[in-house]
Amino acid sequence: MTAHPQTSGYNFAYLDEQTKRMIRRAILKAIAIPGYQVPFASREMPMPYGWGTGGVQVTAAILGPRDVLKVIDQGADDTTNAVSIRKFFERVAGVETTTRTADATIIQTRHRIPEAPLREGQVLVYQVPIPEPLRFLEPRETETRKMHALEEYGLMHVKLYEDIARNGHIATTYAYPVKIEGRYVMDPSPTPKFDNPKMHMSEALQLFGAGREKRIYALPPYTDVVSLDFEDHPFEVQRFDRPCALCGAEQVYLDEVVLDDRGGRMFVCSDTDHCESRQAQGLRGELSGEAAQ
Amino acid sequence: MYVSVKGGEAAIDNAHRLLADRRRGDRSVPALTLDQITEQLALGVDRVMSEGSLYDRRLAALAIKQARGDLIEAIFLVRAYRTTLPRFGFAEPVDTGAMLVERRISACYKDLPGGQLLGPTFDYTHRLLDEELEVDARIEPGRMREGASEPVTRIVDILGGEGLIEEEPGTNGEEPGDINQTPLEFPLSRAMRLQSLARGDEGFLLALGYSTQRGYARSHPFAGEIRIGEVEIEVYLPELGFAVPVGRVQLTECQMVNQFKGSAKLPPQFTRGYGLVFGQSERKAMAMALCDRALRAEELGEDIVAPAQDQEFVISHCDNVQATGFVEHLKLPHYVDFQAELGLVRTMRAEFERANGVFQQAQAESAIEKKEAAE
Amino acid sequence: MNAAAAQIENLDRSSEALPLLSVRSVSKAYGARIGCTEVNFDIWPGEVLAIVGESGSGKTTLLNCISTRLEPTSGTIAYRMRDGEMRDLYQLGEAERRFLLRTDWGFVHQNPADGLRMTVSAGANVGERLMAVGHRHYGELRATATDWLGRVEIGADRIDDQPRAFSGGMRQRLQIARNLVTAPRLVFMDEPTGGLDVSVQARLLDLVRGLVNELGLSVIIVTHDLAVARLLSHRMLVMKDGRVVEHGLTDRLLDDPQAPYTQLLVSSILQV
Repeated sequence: MTAHPQTSGYNFAYLDEQTKRMIRRAILKAIAIPGYQVPFASREMPMPYGWGTGGVQVTAAILGPRDVLKVIDQGADDTTNAVSIRKFFERVAGVETTTRTADATIIQTRHRIPEAPLREGQVLVYQVPIPEPLRFLEPRETETRKMHALEEYGLMHVKLYEDIARNGHIATTYAYPVKIEGRYVMDPSPTPKFDNPKMHMSEALQLFGAGREKRIYALPPYTDVVSLDFEDHPFEVQRFDRPCALCGAEQVYLDEVVLDDRGGRMFVCSDTDHCESRQAQGLRGELSGEAAQ
Repeated sequence: MYVSVKGGEAAIDNAHRLLADRRRGDRSVPALTLDQITEQLALGVDRVMSEGSLYDRRLAALAIKQARGDLIEAIFLVRAYRTTLPRFGFAEPVDTGAMLVERRISACYKDLPGGQLLGPTFDYTHRLLDEELEVDARIEPGRMREGASEPVTRIVDILGGEGLIEEEPGTNGEEPGDINQTPLEFPLSRAMRLQSLARGDEGFLLALGYSTQRGYARSHPFAGEIRIGEVEIEVYLPELGFAVPVGRVQLTECQMVNQFKGSAKLPPQFTRGYGLVFGQSERKAMAMALCDRALRAEELGEDIVAPAQDQEFVISHCDNVQATGFVEHLKLPHYVDFQAELGLVRTMRAEFERANGVFQQAQAESAIEKKEAAE
Repeated sequence: MNAAAAQIENLDRSSEALPLLSVRSVSKAYGARIGCTEVNFDIWPGEVLAIVGESGSGKTTLLNCISTRLEPTSGTIAYRMRDGEMRDLYQLGEAERRFLLRTDWGFVHQNPADGLRMTVSAGANVGERLMAVGHRHYGELRATATDWLGRVEIGADRIDDQPRAFSGGMRQRLQIARNLVTAPRLVFMDEPTGGLDVSVQARLLDLVRGLVNELGLSVIIVTHDLAVARLLSHRMLVMKDGRVVEHGLTDRLLDDPQAPYTQLLVSSILQV
């Protein structure tokens, strides 16, 4: 863990306190109505819309000086956008940052949920590009709001039906819609559906921020999260037919790494912290080799 | 042995360093000063103030310099800065009727009280590249009208006196709202729409305004009046019990006058489209006025048939900071989702090949059978 | 009690004490212009009512008013819910009204594109209402869709095709199947044969008549075509300038029209 002096000239965590209170009110409402998209007066942030402004605003609103922050993108701490957001909070809040999932109190993420189960007291903040699960079936906000209010979710299953009719199976692989506590249908953000089961009954608080679309939604700890499916075509997650080449982990999400232009491939953990922790425990995959010792 | 790519931080630092180098360019060329930008690229500065929603020429000039002349990037810098500023309150509505005009034209009347004042316009220049500008030639000072001028009455007030144009649609006593403080929830009030349009992208609004002229929600517009000049900003101070001036800003205002045949509720009369922007930009003000009028379709009982009339479409997409962010976010890594799609495409291809293989085999077999039958 | 109401007494009401739908003093004004005015009628289970009149007579306005698509200026429309209670439709919450629209009611549009999802398969078009009320078994949904496609004479091999690839008559039959799959009690039809060739019209009418008899549906059908009314309806409302000029049993009304306008209408048709 590393501590950082805060850059002067900005309020703690960038946003002014008035704005933070506005965002916190939206977060509280979101927690009270799990899966419901709460509109909020999203502000411009010093990073582009679509690059995590929603997640950053949520993190800024809940961050305290004693928090320990971890930022991941695609499961990795060292991807450019994760680095950039982590540095931002180091500069404007001076908080401790970490790459270790277990040590973090707040984890901001784009596209993945860490492999290690989260525990009580941790908060997972998702960056959300399009919060509306019905958006590509119905482009109008006024109409989708009504559909949520009246629980008109038939269209969602029409899409899944079409998938099966065309492909023999459901062809949605990420941003796979879920139903929360039997009420609201929610977009889990573009995480691979592999991660959907981790949302169910999670001990951690899960917050979702969509800056450009100006919505916040939430899953309080121990919330019922069900991926939509048919009785005879139940929801299934991706399976990889091999373990991680570096740490030998199974039942984890793997990235495909192209090794050469002759079709050479290897598969490694997408969650870099998970992979490194396992390697530190001496666990090895087939390609980790002697050099790792 | 495979080592995963590390060093994102170092790469980013290096990228920033190279950016700073490229921004400065050839060191033997003098660096631009902010004064040069505010004085000589004034319309660029105006656009950045207007779409950046912050009236500060110096900051806008700094943003343009920092953005290497990329105006949308400069607008973004200004917006990100203004979001950190505390909100003290709001100004009294500005009185554009009392504007100290530098330019004022109306296409509806040949002459009118206050006259037609062309001001500093490109309109009647021949667009011939002027090679004299390559060097710093001596420029004569502009000539200004002497003495006190007659009042420059707003044309909508002239039309309004005769009852020929609708009353300014009010806010029914409601607070106009503030798009920085209130979540945008459709349908929006006109006040909220106008705020969004005022900071909307000039190019986007220009194209939409143009589309209304080409028949996608035709509104028969006349440029009732365009005026550019300075107005006083006043803020009401409760401690004093009256409003005090806090400064002056330059504005461009466009009052579009549109034909209207009347509806079940309203008699035939002219209707209004309104545009107001910081600084000098009549293209933006006119485009905004056309879009404002098109977006009033529902209120005026007109059929909504064209993109410019669809408030969810127009307002959701007019902000260039949002648009550029989301388009450019495609540069961010998406490999986790791409991996999921790779897996799916591989599965589907395998299924396709299996089905196709069975089909081809069946075809081959039937061909053999036919051949055998023929023999 | 007026003459028309007296005739209703003669219909077999299969021991139902209340009408299915009861329309009282319904008027709709567009500014100063009248859409329809002072319309009264009841419809009973299993009954087919035709609303006829020339274009501009107010028949579509009336249909939209009673199907909750257009709020009337005055008057009440009461519907007997499945629990037997008569409810004023415009007092229902939006959720209740929408639920009614997608389960207990059907609406067949003149243009099938208005009632179908043109970019999803025929199977999903038929299955959508079932999915909306919670059916979650793909195999059963597909079996039901196949069955319904068969009942409206669409081959099972077309189940995965989009309606874009269908002829006008097929689209209309698909729209009917999509509406009937939830076993509605009341179906509204707006010129269902409007855009079709004469031979295709005849086949569709035949199909509709069969389904109505088989399922015991109540139908309110708007048409300008007396032949359609004659073939399908038990009872007719004749409208002109927003008013009901005559109301009665179809056979009686066509054999012995009372109102001068109806006489004109009937004579013009019968001479053809």
